[in-house]
Amino acid sequence: MSRTRVGPLTGTPGSQAPALDIDAMIDDRSVGIVVCCGSGGVGKTTTSAALALRAAERGRKVVVLTIDPARRLAQAMGIEKLDNVPRPVPDIDGTGSLDAMMLDMKRTFDEVVTSQATPEKAEQILSNPFYQALSSSFAGTQEYMAMEKLGQIHRQAQKDGSYDLIVVDTPPSRSALDFLDAPERLSSFLDGRFIRILLAPAKGPARLMTAGFGLVTAAMTKILGTQVLKDMQIFVAAFDTLFGGFRARAEKTYALLQADGTAFLVIAAPEEDALREAAYFVERLSEDEMPLAGLVINRATLASDHQISADEAAAAAARLERGARESTEGTAEQSDRTVGLLRLYARRLRLVEREGRLRERFSAAHPQVPTAVVPALPTDVHDLKGLRLIGDLLADRA
Amino acid sequence: MSPSTDSHPTVADPTADWAGVQLHVVTGKGGTGKSTVAAALALALASSGRTVLLCEVEGRQGIARMFDVDPLPYAETKIARGLADDRGHAGSVYALHIDAESALLEYLAMYYRLGRAGKTLDKFGVTEFATTIAPGVRDVLLTGKVFEAVERNSRNKGAMTYDAVVLDAPPTGRIAQFLNVNGELAGLAKVGPIRSQADRVMTLFRSPRTAIHLVTLLEEMPVQETVDGIAELRSIDLPVGAVITNLVRPHELDEEALAAAAERGLDAEDLAADLDRAGLEATDTLVSALLDQAADHATRVELENRQREVVAEAGVPTYTLPQLPGGVDLGGLYELAATLKEQGLGR
Ligand SMILES: Nc1ncnc2c1ncn2[C@@H]1O[C@H](COP(=O)(O)OP(=O)(O)OP(=O)(O)O)[C@@H](O)[C@H]1O
Ligand SMILES: Nc1ncnc2c1ncn2[C@@H]1O[C@H](COP(=O)(O)OP(=O)(O)O)[C@@H](O)[C@H]1O
Ligand SMILES: [Mg+2]
Ligand SMILES: [Mg+2]
Repeated sequence: MSRTRVGPLTGTPGSQAPALDIDAMIDDRSVGIVVCCGSGGVGKTTTSAALALRAAERGRKVVVLTIDPARRLAQAMGIEKLDNVPRPVPDIDGTGSLDAMMLDMKRTFDEVVTSQATPEKAEQILSNPFYQALSSSFAGTQEYMAMEKLGQIHRQAQKDGSYDLIVVDTPPSRSALDFLDAPERLSSFLDGRFIRILLAPAKGPARLMTAGFGLVTAAMTKILGTQVLKDMQIFVAAFDTLFGGFRARAEKTYALLQADGTAFLVIAAPEEDALREAAYFVERLSEDEMPLAGLVINRATLASDHQISADEAAAAAARLERGARESTEGTAEQSDRTVGLLRLYARRLRLVEREGRLRERFSAAHPQVPTAVVPALPTDVHDLKGLRLIGDLLADRA
Repeated sequence: MSPSTDSHPTVADPTADWAGVQLHVVTGKGGTGKSTVAAALALALASSGRTVLLCEVEGRQGIARMFDVDPLPYAETKIARGLADDRGHAGSVYALHIDAESALLEYLAMYYRLGRAGKTLDKFGVTEFATTIAPGVRDVLLTGKVFEAVERNSRNKGAMTYDAVVLDAPPTGRIAQFLNVNGELAGLAKVGPIRSQADRVMTLFRSPRTAIHLVTLLEEMPVQETVDGIAELRSIDLPVGAVITNLVRPHELDEEALAAAAERGLDAEDLAADLDRAGLEATDTLVSALLDQAADHATRVELENRQREVVAEAGVPTYTLPQLPGGVDLGGLYELAATLKEQGLGR
């Protein structure tokens, strides 16, 4: 990492946004849940882990629920085993503690089924191909299960005081909104019209066995074959008793997200798509009355201060190159390096400018959102040391 | 190669890389540039005189956004022309946004003449059910439509035919499952027409007429996913094409300078003298900013080189696309297309 002084909002355009005070947030004992949202690849998992580590080392009893950590990061945190229970992270400084886990979505779903249904019924559901598809690949299941796990951990923490802060990473969805929408989509899907029709014959009332339905089943049979239809009916019937339970739980977790003790952090890269997603998400949070703590711009290109402009650097590089060609002295090789350095500098400044414009656009539309900026490190973040550095940068203490 | 309805001769070089490939599948980790590369590849192929269909299946209207046109309907729409080659030929890019529900209704109408029943199915939420939860049905429909576009032939009067189809595919994590869905139908639709097409689809996907390209960044997670993805595709006999490393930043220092920079051993005085010669005021802050940046650059290059080696070990042809500093607009897509072509992809 360079010694260039970087940190939230130093010397970059687009800095009208108020600064996000990360330490105040994690030191605030009334904050019990922090949810990190954002579109894929922006650094949600890294930020969640860094934040959780920092909070633990500032004395809190923290658990972090990660979704898809990079392999080496998972190894460093000792959570690569995927057993779906929080495990203590070794080598935490100070009096606090940090547990971490990696979400196993299928397992979480299976556990809900086994805990809610009779053993025979659970068996029937678990072996049904429709359930298997739903629990492993239905878009939204991961989000739903992340909420489910959050609910479980929260209930446990309330009971035995094991944690006073839960940091939640969210699935690598294309859209940050998926985290809020998916559980609703899943339950309204399970509550859908067709499913109710499929259930109706099992329950008997002949009035629903309309001509329309006959047509539907006939067509389905023709396309999919009878076995598929049978599997489907078994699945739906077996699942029916669980629907109520599922919906009630999702609603509870949703209420938990709206509560005062929750803080949302939106993570974005300084790129058009990511910032657009972040803007949608910020708007949506306020519509849903969910508490937004702020925006983290991760992997930003920063420059200490503008010694010279991008154009000046590029022009100087060109002059130097020309001079070296014409010169007969032995300085040509050294000049090549300087030309390279000036080009890199110009390039970096252009990126800084571009990112600054994108951020300005965001903060013009959402001027009240507190923001922290974390620079792109030259390497990946794959150990506690890297997480500590990200934590320092988040808190502007690097 | 199938003749196209455009009357120009097919001028593509038969000895070029992937010359016999009719279906280019582009996958990669999320956000690495799959859609961008798929679009650039389509343009490159069109700039070699081909008529190309660019398909997207993730329901995001990314193609429309990239090409700056209105959201695409479920119909093949001409969106761009390739650049003319030396002989003045230019092919075209058509685009198709494939959504599972429309594909299902089209399918029903085509094979069953299920006019009324089709609508009833829709009304009862069956199409939604079938395309969202019925295991695999969604992917069967999406791949089925792609298959249809590749295999369509000129006997089908008036139908548009293509020299190549480029698919902006689901990400690496789902690609094997997606392409192999027709091979996995055994557990489900054991009979029925969906089943009967499955074998033909798998024959195409496993043949040398298909190439699955993986887009990656020179970073740890995307490269790891790429390597895992290649192994998975190979294990189920799907043809791996190329690796395209995207968003590559130019390297401005030679090896010796990089080594020196990494150890913060670049000479500050020499640098200051050069800056002076270049007409810049060599303040301490400027000199140290340049040296800091050199150290970061060296670290970054080292990491990229390590990742490049990991990619190379996969034993797959590799192409490289630069990071366009201003982002990708339509002009940028043409630029990336030209870069791919120079390296032999899409020629
Ligand atoms: N070579 C490049 N130079 C500059 N920017 C690029 C380049 N390639 C891609 N990008 C930008 O990176 C972002 C992600 O690219 P793109 O949408 O193609 O990725 P993707 O893999 O299709 O993402 P998703 O997984 O979300 O579908 C876009 O903003 C795109 O413009
Ligand atoms: N500020 C940063 N500087 C350098 N690398 C970073 C930074 N933030 C994240 N990364 C790297 O980017 C990759 C993706 O980050 P990750 O947190 O897994 O993203 P997400 O969870 O949003 O998909 C990881 O390899 C991580 O180490
Ligand atoms: Mg993640
Ligand atoms: Mg895409």
